[in-house]
Amino acid sequence: MFVHLQGPWSPLLGRLSAEQLPFLHIPIIEYTFAVVVLLGLVVVGAVTYLGKWGYLWRGWLTTVDHKRIGVMYILIGLVMLLRGFADAFMIRLQQAMAVGPHSPGYMGAIHGYLTPFHIGQIFAAHGLIMVVFAATPLLVGLMNIIVPLQIGARDMAYPYLNAMGLWLTAGGAALVMASLFIGNFAHGGWYGFVPYFELSYSPGVGVDYWMWAFQLSAIGTSLGSINLIATIVKMRAPGMTWMRLPIFTWASLSTNLIALTSFPVLMVSLALLGLDRYLGTHFYTAGMGGNLMLYNDLFWIWGHPEVYFLILPAFGIMSEIIPTFSEKTLFGYATMVIASFAIGGVSWGVWLHHFFTMAAAPSVNSFYSVTTMLVGIPTGVKVFNWIFTMYRGRVRFELPMMWALLALFLLLVGGMTGMMNAFASNDYMWHNGIFVVAHFHMMVLLIAASIFGAVEYWFPKVFGFRLEQKWGKLFFWFMVLGTGFVFVPMFILGLAGMTRRLDYIPYAAWAPYMQIEMIGIALYVMALAFFLAHLYVSLRDRSKNLAEADAWGTGRSLEWMTHSPVPSYNFAITPHINTRDEWAWRKENGLTELHAGEYEPIHMPKNTGVPLVIGAFFFALAFGLTWRIWWLSLISVVLIVLMIILRSFQKDTDMTIPPEEVERTEKRAIDTLYPSSRADVPVYPGGTVGTATAYQRLSASEDVGVSSTGTLPHASVDR
Amino acid sequence: MSSSAVSIDPKTASLWARHYPGHDFIGTRTFGFWLYMLTDAMVYAALFASLVVLSHASNMIGGPTPKNFINPIYAYGETIALFASVLTYGLAMVNLKKGSRSGVTGWILLSAILGVVYLGLSITDNTHLFQQGITPQTNGFLSAFFAIVIYHALHIVVGVAWMLVMLIQIATEGFSQNVVYRLINLRLFWHFQAVIWVFVFVFVYLQGLLV
Repeated sequence: MFVHLQGPWSPLLGRLSAEQLPFLHIPIIEYTFAVVVLLGLVVVGAVTYLGKWGYLWRGWLTTVDHKRIGVMYILIGLVMLLRGFADAFMIRLQQAMAVGPHSPGYMGAIHGYLTPFHIGQIFAAHGLIMVVFAATPLLVGLMNIIVPLQIGARDMAYPYLNAMGLWLTAGGAALVMASLFIGNFAHGGWYGFVPYFELSYSPGVGVDYWMWAFQLSAIGTSLGSINLIATIVKMRAPGMTWMRLPIFTWASLSTNLIALTSFPVLMVSLALLGLDRYLGTHFYTAGMGGNLMLYNDLFWIWGHPEVYFLILPAFGIMSEIIPTFSEKTLFGYATMVIASFAIGGVSWGVWLHHFFTMAAAPSVNSFYSVTTMLVGIPTGVKVFNWIFTMYRGRVRFELPMMWALLALFLLLVGGMTGMMNAFASNDYMWHNGIFVVAHFHMMVLLIAASIFGAVEYWFPKVFGFRLEQKWGKLFFWFMVLGTGFVFVPMFILGLAGMTRRLDYIPYAAWAPYMQIEMIGIALYVMALAFFLAHLYVSLRDRSKNLAEADAWGTGRSLEWMTHSPVPSYNFAITPHINTRDEWAWRKENGLTELHAGEYEPIHMPKNTGVPLVIGAFFFALAFGLTWRIWWLSLISVVLIVLMIILRSFQKDTDMTIPPEEVERTEKRAIDTLYPSSRADVPVYPGGTVGTATAYQRLSASEDVGVSSTGTLPHASVDR
Repeated sequence: MSSSAVSIDPKTASLWARHYPGHDFIGTRTFGFWLYMLTDAMVYAALFASLVVLSHASNMIGGPTPKNFINPIYAYGETIALFASVLTYGLAMVNLKKGSRSGVTGWILLSAILGVVYLGLSITDNTHLFQQGITPQTNGFLSAFFAIVIYHALHIVVGVAWMLVMLIQIATEGFSQNVVYRLINLRLFWHFQAVIWVFVFVFVYLQGLLV
C-alpha cells in the first residue's frame, strides 16, 4: 500500500530521528532556534506573569467574534511576513556575497555562506510564506474585520466556520515554522518543480512539509471564502441594496468567488502529488504513464486566480481610502464593480502565461498572451477612477492615503512590466528570469502597500486609537526607498539575462547591482525598525490619540457609524441604509447619532474552543503525514471527525445580550472618549465632533447643540 | 451626494431598523452549503480533467486498456442503488414537510442502507480489479481512474455517516431548526453525489468501454 522509503523509518516516530533536527548542528539554525525559544519563553512568561491566560483563552483563542478573528489573522500574517522577510534578507545576502568565480565561501559553502540545498529551501519558503501565509491571512483578516461592518451585520454568516478557517491557517503556518527546526523544507521553489518533487528525486520530508502546509492553508481559505460570500449575500442590513455596497465589500465578493472556485483545484493538484509520494501512484511521475504538464496546468489554474485573489482586496482598500481622503464619493462606482468582476473573470483564462516556454503551440500562446493583456483594461479603468476621484477633491496626505498612492504608483510599474511579460515572445527571452521576479514583486508590494494603508486606516476602528504619524511616515519613506533600491536593479538584471533562484552569480560584472540591492535590503531593515517604533510609540501615546467613531472625520461608509473600538455586537441598533455613502450622507444632513431610542436585546454566537482544537488536530495530522507517523495521523483524523460530529450535537451555541448591557457598553464607549463634559469640544454644525471637517448643513434651521449622551441631537431621534 | 436614482429626503428617511429580525437562519445555512458544493464540483472538475489528460495510450503503459477490464455491470448496480437511495431520501423530505418523524426516520434509514449497498458493490468491484493486478500504482491512467471512483465512494461514506448522525439527532431533538437545515443540506449533498455519479458512469465507465 504505502510506498517504499529511502532511509530509516520506525512505527513510533516515523522518519523522525535525532539526525533530523538541524538546529543541533547547523549554526544559522542553532542561533535562530535559540532566539525563537527565547522569544517563546518571554511571551509565555509575560502572559503568566500578567495572569492573562484566562483572558487569552476566553477573549481570543475561543472567540468567534469576526473582528478578533480578523486581528488574529493579521497577526499571523505579520509574523509570517517577518519570517518571509528574513528569508529574503538571507537570499539577498547570499547573492551579494557569491558574485563571480573568485568569491569566497564560508560555513561549508563554496561561494557565499549558504549551500545550494539550503538556499533552495529558503527560496521555496520565502515564496510560499509570502503568498499564502503572509498576504493571504493579512487580506482575509482585513476582509473579516471590515466586511461585516460595512454591510451592517452583527457578525459573519457562520462565526464557528470563521474560527475554523483561522485555526487551519494557523496550523499551516505552524507547520512551516516547524520545518525550520525539524527536518527541512522543500527546495524546489514555492510552486513545486515537476517531477523534481517526486519521491524518487526529493526523498526527504521537505516537499511533504510544503505540500501539507499549503493544503491546510487552502482548506482554511476555501472555508473562509464560503463564509465571506454568504455573509455578503445574506447578512446585509435592510436598505443595503447591491448598488449601495461599499466597494471594498464588492472587491471581497469578487475575490472570494475566485478563491471559492480556484482553491479546490490547488487541493487536487497537491492531493495528487500526495498520492504520488505516499501511495506510489503515477500522476506526475516521469514515465509510467504520468503527465508532467498536468501538474503545471492544475497548479496554475489555481495559481493565477490566486494572484488576482490577492490583488482585488488591495484594489478595494484603495477604493476606500482614496475617497475618504479626497472627501469625494468614488468616481465611477458601477465601472469599479464591473472591473472587479472582469478581473475575476479574466483571472480564469490566463494561467498558461506562467509557462509559455513549455511546448504549447503558437496559437495557444497567442491566445493566452491576448487574455493576459485583457486584464489591463479593467485595471486601467480602476486606475483612472482613482485618479478622477482625487481630481478636484480635498486631498489630505495622511498615512493611509500615502500608502494608497504608493500602491497606485507600484500598480503602474508592475502593470506595465506585466504587459511586457504578457508577450509570449518576450517571455521566451526572460522566462524564469529576474525581470519576472521584479514584476510580480511590484505587484505583491502594491498589495503590501495597500495592506499597510488599510492597517493605518482601520486601526482606530478596531482598537480605538490612531497610530502616530512621525515614525509611520519614516517607515513609509524607507519602504519606498527600499523598494526602489531592491527592485530597479532586478529589472535591469532581468533584461541582462539573470535567472531566478541562483545560489551563485556567475558574472562579476553584476556585483554592483547586487550591492545596490543589498543597500535596498538594509533600507528595508531600517523600515522594519521604524515600523516597530511606530507601533511602540502609538501604543505608548494611545490615550492622546483616541479615535472617534468617525476616526478620520471624513469616513464615508458604514463602519464609521459605530464606536471605535467596535463593540462585540457592531451596531447597537441595526442601521437602515438609504444611500450609497450612507455615513457621508448622514453627516451632510446632520444625522450623526450612532443609535436611536431604546436599546434592544442582541442575539450573538457564543465562544467555542472546538475550532482551536480541530485546528490543532489538523496540525497533528499534517505533521504525522509529513513524517509518516501513521498512528498520529489516524488518531487525528478520527478525532477531527468526532469533534465535528459532537459539535453538531451542541445546542447551547448562542446567547442574548440584554439591553442593559448594550446600554452600558455604549455609554462606556462615549465616556472613554469624553471623560469630562463635552462642553469644551468644538462642535461643527452638521459635521462630526472634534477635529473633523465641517460640512455645510443643507438646512440652516436645524438647531445643533450638545446633549449629555455625547451625540448630536437631531429633530427626530427615533426612526 | 448619492448617485441613486431616487433622492431620499433626510427629514423622513428611516435611519435605524428597530427590531430587525436578522437573517433567515435555514436559508443562510443552505446557501453556504451550495457554495461548499461549488468547491466540491471544482474538485471533481479537476479530477475529470486529469482523467482526460491521462487517458492517452502513453498513459496506459504497463496496464490493461479500460476496454479490457471495465465491467459496467457492477457500475450499473451501483447506479440503481444510488438513484434508489436518492429517491428514498426525497420521500424522507416529503415526510419532513408533513412533519412525520417516523416517516423521515424510516426513509432515511432505507437511504442509508441503499448507500451501504452501493459501497458494497463498489468495494467488491475494486477489490476484484486489485486482485487482477489492476491498481492505482500501475500507471497514470489507472491512478486517475481510481482517484475519481474512490473519491466518489468516500463521499458516499460521508453521506451514510451523516444520515446515521441525523437519525440520532431526529430521535433526540425532533425537527429543531438545526436538524431541519442539516436534513436539507444532506438532501443537497446526496443529490449532488448522484449527479456526479452520472458523470462518473458516463465518462469513466461507459467511455472507458470505447477506448
